[in-house]
Parts: sequence; C-alpha cells; structure tokens
Amino acid sequence: MTHVKTPVDEASESPVAKPGKPIAWPMGIAGVALLIVGSFLSWSYDGQILNDLSINFYPGGLQILAIIGAVLALVLLLAEKGPLTKLGSWLDATLGIRALGAGLALYMVLVVVAIGTESDGLINVNPGAYISLVGALLLAVSGWLLPLRQLRDMSAARLPAWSEILMIAVLMAAVLFAAAYALGLQDAWSFILCLVFIAVVATALFRTGSMSFVGHVGQRHSKVLTLSAFVVAFLFPFTQNGSDANMSIANQVLIFGATAMGLNIVVGLAGLLDLGYIAFLGAGSYTAAVLSTSAFATVGWKPPFLVVMLVGAGVSATLGLIIGTPTLRVSGDYLAIVTLGFGEIFRFSMGNLDGNNGPNLTNGPNGIPGIPDLSIGGFNFGDEHMVAGIELGRFSNYYFLLLILIGFVILVFSRLNNSRIGRGWVAIREDEKAAEAMGVNVFGLKLLAFAVGAFLAGLAGTIKAHQDAAVSPDQYQFIESAFLLAAIVLGGMGTIAGVLLGATILKLLPEKLRFFSEYRLLMFGLLLVLMMRFRPEGLVASRRRQLEFHEEDEELAVAVEEERLIVEEAK
Amino acid sequence: MSAMLEVKDLEVAYGKILAVKKISFSVEQGQVVSLIGTNGAGKTTTLKTISGLLRPTGGEIWFQGERIDHVAAHDIVTRGLAHSPEGRRIFPRLSVEENLMLGAFSRRDPGGVRSDLQAAYDLFPILGERRKQPAGTFSGGEQQMLAMGRAMMCRPKLLMLDEPSMGLSPIMMKRIMTTVSELQRQGTTILLVEQNAQAALKRADYGYVLEVGKVVLSGSGRDLLVNDSVRKAYLGED
Repeated sequence: MTHVKTPVDEASESPVAKPGKPIAWPMGIAGVALLIVGSFLSWSYDGQILNDLSINFYPGGLQILAIIGAVLALVLLLAEKGPLTKLGSWLDATLGIRALGAGLALYMVLVVVAIGTESDGLINVNPGAYISLVGALLLAVSGWLLPLRQLRDMSAARLPAWSEILMIAVLMAAVLFAAAYALGLQDAWSFILCLVFIAVVATALFRTGSMSFVGHVGQRHSKVLTLSAFVVAFLFPFTQNGSDANMSIANQVLIFGATAMGLNIVVGLAGLLDLGYIAFLGAGSYTAAVLSTSAFATVGWKPPFLVVMLVGAGVSATLGLIIGTPTLRVSGDYLAIVTLGFGEIFRFSMGNLDGNNGPNLTNGPNGIPGIPDLSIGGFNFGDEHMVAGIELGRFSNYYFLLLILIGFVILVFSRLNNSRIGRGWVAIREDEKAAEAMGVNVFGLKLLAFAVGAFLAGLAGTIKAHQDAAVSPDQYQFIESAFLLAAIVLGGMGTIAGVLLGATILKLLPEKLRFFSEYRLLMFGLLLVLMMRFRPEGLVASRRRQLEFHEEDEELAVAVEEERLIVEEAK
Repeated sequence: MSAMLEVKDLEVAYGKILAVKKISFSVEQGQVVSLIGTNGAGKTTTLKTISGLLRPTGGEIWFQGERIDHVAAHDIVTRGLAHSPEGRRIFPRLSVEENLMLGAFSRRDPGGVRSDLQAAYDLFPILGERRKQPAGTFSGGEQQMLAMGRAMMCRPKLLMLDEPSMGLSPIMMKRIMTTVSELQRQGTTILLVEQNAQAALKRADYGYVLEVGKVVLSGSGRDLLVNDSVRKAYLGED
C-alpha cells in the first residue's frame, strides 16, 4: 500500500512551533504605525518629482501605496494575535509579514534613492520618508521574531459560492485598477516603484498561502474566472480616456501575447524548439500588406479582410508545413538550427523581393507603408467613437479586435491541450520512441503542432499589418523569435496565464521604461538566468512542469494527478 | 489457414552492419512463441522491425494476411499488433492512468477503452491502487506490469513482449510469466523475446533460437528445453 500524506499526518510529524519573542508583536504594530505616520508626512523637499510627495498630510500616490502596504501588514498582525485570529488559523501570517516587511523596506529604500537621484542628492529627502523606512524595517524585524504557525489545509477552505464569485470579481477589479494606475504613471521611477509595490504585495499574499486558496476558488469557478478576466480586459480601454500611448502598447502586448500563445503549442505542448517562429507572424503580415489597398501593395486582388485573414493564416500554415516536412524528422538541436535558418531566410527574402532580385512582391527593404485602416462591415477602425462619454480611438478599435483574436487563440490552445491530440503531444515530449510504439503518429502530430502554431501566428500577423500601418523586413529579426521564446520560458511553458504574463512583462517593460530599453538584452539575459536558477518552471508553472523539475516530490505528484481528476470530473 | 504473423527472410542493418540475417519464423493464432538468444542475437531488432520502428533492408513481414514491412508504426498498432518495448519505456512522469490511456491512443471508442482500463486494473490490482501515482516512482516489476497493461490497452491480437523479465526478482518474474499464460488463455497471441530461456520455453508453444542474427534452431518449447545444445548454451548445464 502506498502511504499518501494527509494534512493530519503532517501536522503531527512537524516539530512543535517555536514560541516567538513577546516583543515581536508590539514591534510590528509600532512599525505599521510609523509607516503610516511617515507616509502622511512629507517625503521629499522637491515637489516636482514623483508626482509630488512634498506636502504634509496630503499623501501622493507612492505614499498611498505605502499606506496600503501598512494596512495589509496590520491585517496580518491582527490575524496573528487579536480580533482576526480566526482568519489567522488559515493564513500563514508570519511568512506574509516577513515578505511584506522586507519588501516594504526595499520599497522605501528605492523611494529614498529615487528622490536622491531625481532631485539633487539625499538632502532633498524629508524626515517622513526616513520615518516610513524605519517603520518598514521594524515590521521586517518583527516578522523574523514572530513564531511560525501551523497551517490548516487551504484547499479545504470553502466559502459560499456567491462570495467566492464576488471575490473573483473584486480581485479582477483590483487587477484592472492596478494596471490602469501603473500605466498612467508617466515618469519611470514612479512606474518602477509601483511595480515593486505590486510585486511585494503579490509575494506577501503568496507567502500567506492565500493565493493557493484563490487558486482553488479559481478552479472551482473557472468559467467565471475566464469570463471576468475577459471583462476586465474589455474594460481596459475605458480607463484610458482616449489616450493613445498606452493603448498602442496594449496592442503590442496583445499581438505579442497571441503569437507567444501560438508558439506555446509548438514549444510548450509538443516540445519542439522553434527559433524562427517570428517568420510566421511576418508571413501573415506580409500577406495582409500585399492584399491591402496600400499604394505600395503589389497584388491586384483586394478581398475583404476576413478572407485576407484566412489567406494570411493559410500562407503561414503552408510555410509551416513546407519547413516542417523535411525538418521534423530531425529532432532537438537540429530542429532549432533549421528553424533559426528559416527565420533568417524569410527576412532576407522579404528584403530582396524588390524587383531587382526576382519579382517585386514586398518592395524590398523599404517594406510596404501606408496600409490603410481596416474596415469590416462598414465599421472603420480608424474612426473615433464615443461610448458612455469616453472617447475610444483608433488603437482601442484594434484592441477589441485583438482581444477577440487572443480569445480565439486561447480557445484553440486549451481545446487542443485537453484532447487526445494533446495527450499524444505529451507522449512525444516525454519519450518519442515509446510514443511511436504506442501508436502515436509522431511525425503527423509534430507537423500538426507546427501548422497550427503557424496558422495562429499568421492570423495575428494580418491584424498586425493594419495596426502598424506598415510592414518591413527588419521587424522580423531573430531577436523577436528569441523574445517570444523568452516569454514562454519566463511565464511557464504550456500554461495560458503564464505565457500571457510573460508576454506582458517582456513587451510592457521596455515600452514603458525607455531608458531601460538600451539594456534590455542584458536585463532579460540576467532575468532568465535567475529564473533558471530559482524557478525553472516559470512564473506560473503547470503542475506537470513543476514535477519535471522537482521529480523527487511525491506529494506534489499526487496533487498533480488529483487536480487532473477534478478537472476531468468537472467536464 | 496462414499464420497470424509470418516473417520471411528478414534482413535488418544498422548502417553497414547486418543485425538480422535472413531470419524466417511464424506465429500461429493463439500461440505463445518465444525467440531466445544471447545479447546481440538480433531479438530486439527483429521486434522493432516488425512493429515498424525500424525498416528492413530485405525480406517480408506479413500480419493477418497483409504485408506490413513498409506500413507506418502507428498504423501497425491500429491493426492490432502491440509492442511492449525493451526496458519497458513507460512514461515516468505521467501517472499510471495516463500511461495506460496512451496505450489506447490508437483507439477511438471511449466506452471500450474505459472497460479495458478496468480490465487492466483487474489483471494488475496494484496499478488500480496507484492509478494517480507517477509511473517513475514504481519498482521494476510494477513498471513491467504497467508496460504490459499499457500494451494490452490497444486490444492487440498479437502482443510482442521484449524481455519482460529483465532485472526482475524471481518472484516478480514468475508473476509476469503467469500473466503471459493468463493473457494467452484470454485469447491473445504472444511473441515473447527472452534471455531467460528456461522461463520462456516453459510457457512457449514454439520457440526459435537466434544466434548472431540467424535462426539456428527451432522446435516446440518442450523439445527445445530438453535439447542438448540449448541446455549447454542457455540453461547453464554442461
């Protein structure tokens, strides 16, 4: 018989928790108090920087964030000892306080550094900032002195269904608000500090274990979760007040995300390393461009856009089949090299088909500019619209179209993942020879993964051409393929949420932090190395991947399988 | 009535090296036939070629009256010829149940698959008890049971087992061999490749002895067991 660990066993096995120092709790309360008081005082002498932190008793944005963090710490402290202990029996409050204390201290240090660099030197830092810093440090120290607690199993926690659904809605609203707020910050330091704050709060919530509860709630109401995520994404343009800057970035993120999702089928599910994937996006873009009514378009046929989409995706998928048929028989490193070569061949071909070397199809290195806005069924994507008193510009129009696209891509991905085909892909990834002996059509399924991935990228490309209003060969360099791959690895191979998160991070940061973009390769290299060391399964790990990197963990293995059974029962 | 599986003058080469040199044998419906021989005799190569994982350089393979030596591996499985490969080749990170379900990959009748899954659990109760566990955490014998159960999931007419007793304790080996007889009783034809000649021949209706890529001897299992040269070479008696 196997011995499956239950929470009860675990509690009896683990050593008795060390009693904490009696001073820890009051110390934490004092830290919270100092943090709040400090945040109401002036942080900076200079009122011009960081959205004005200079006025006493009138906290600016960054100060409000500090106060929010302090309130969160207060809740955790009260869960430790005080009126909220009932909550504390579920939450691992101590770990949360530690993360929050250390994180807020880091945040305050960065604030001081920011004030120092933005104005002239640390002389401009007012006492309020130091008071808050001391408060954060006190909180961190108290966290280390508080006793570690025994946890009840979060997965057993249940709330009435309506309140769980409400919780999802509130969380989603918070996400929308945070995204709108962070994107609205104009100066780089404020944006970085805001990101640091979000990361700190997220880490602290993970440490308390409340995220695993949220995860279970999400699983129980997965439809509600998906729907509300889309509602939030849909509402995003309404928070932007007609500003094009952020909407244009959001569109870049969506195109990048949809493409990464397509690559995720090839890499994450079938386990094939494709280093030239951006060429498929390019094939879709170029198809849409030459079939558009641009003055530089070289093909006379001007079909409606829905036809263009299918043609573009079809061209892309055909290229996928052409490149896949000879190369998918080789595996691993060879496939990577061949696809890398294919990506470069595509770029050079697009640059050379200019009438001097062969037929004029792509207008050579100049590309095809002046691609007009889409017009589907009389709706022109270039027009502005007023909806409920909020102006929605050109980029918002494309945003909604791209949202539909990414929804479609996600649908295709998840349907394939949970199908017989998906099972075949898993088998190929795990052991190709054994899969073949099981009757899995290895070559056929690999080719299918390649073609479907290419099809989806081509689809995204057709919209991208109109969104960007121009195509040129240098948009499709190798580095773009590398970034797509990085988004998948960073976010979590084979997952939906992870890859979207990875794509957002990789596209958003360089856009928002211009000074950072010069060092972005350096930074991403560093980021990936750190990820491989500390969290090889990616930010959002599929449980199976986690198992791959932590094979000795039998408990995790059982959990993985139980989860799968729950999902299957739900179907 | 022709044989279920007929191998005629089969030749297989790895590059320039001939691993199988014109061997011929046949398996009748309902029989257990075993191929025995030392390392490098070409047993595994022969099985891999029959199941389409390798391509022959010469000769013919007929299964149920159809020639299959150039049919794709996944098609051969669909025709009812299952291969439980050497070294078991289970998917260690997948659970027992997922492993078994992959065995049924070629089938498209979910109801039948489900009842066969139950049949596999009945045959090997230990698999049913641990259906959620990743297969890599199993002992060798349990992995072998899983490999056999998995091969049975495609409802094969002919099951090819490549060294099922490899690395197993005597008790576990006996268990596996009993299962071979049990499967035969249920109507599955079995082609058994073994180094453990005694165990294999005891259960075999017919046996072939392979040496460096050639059939050197054949006969009923009982005859081979008492054959002098077999006893000397494989049963460790002088």
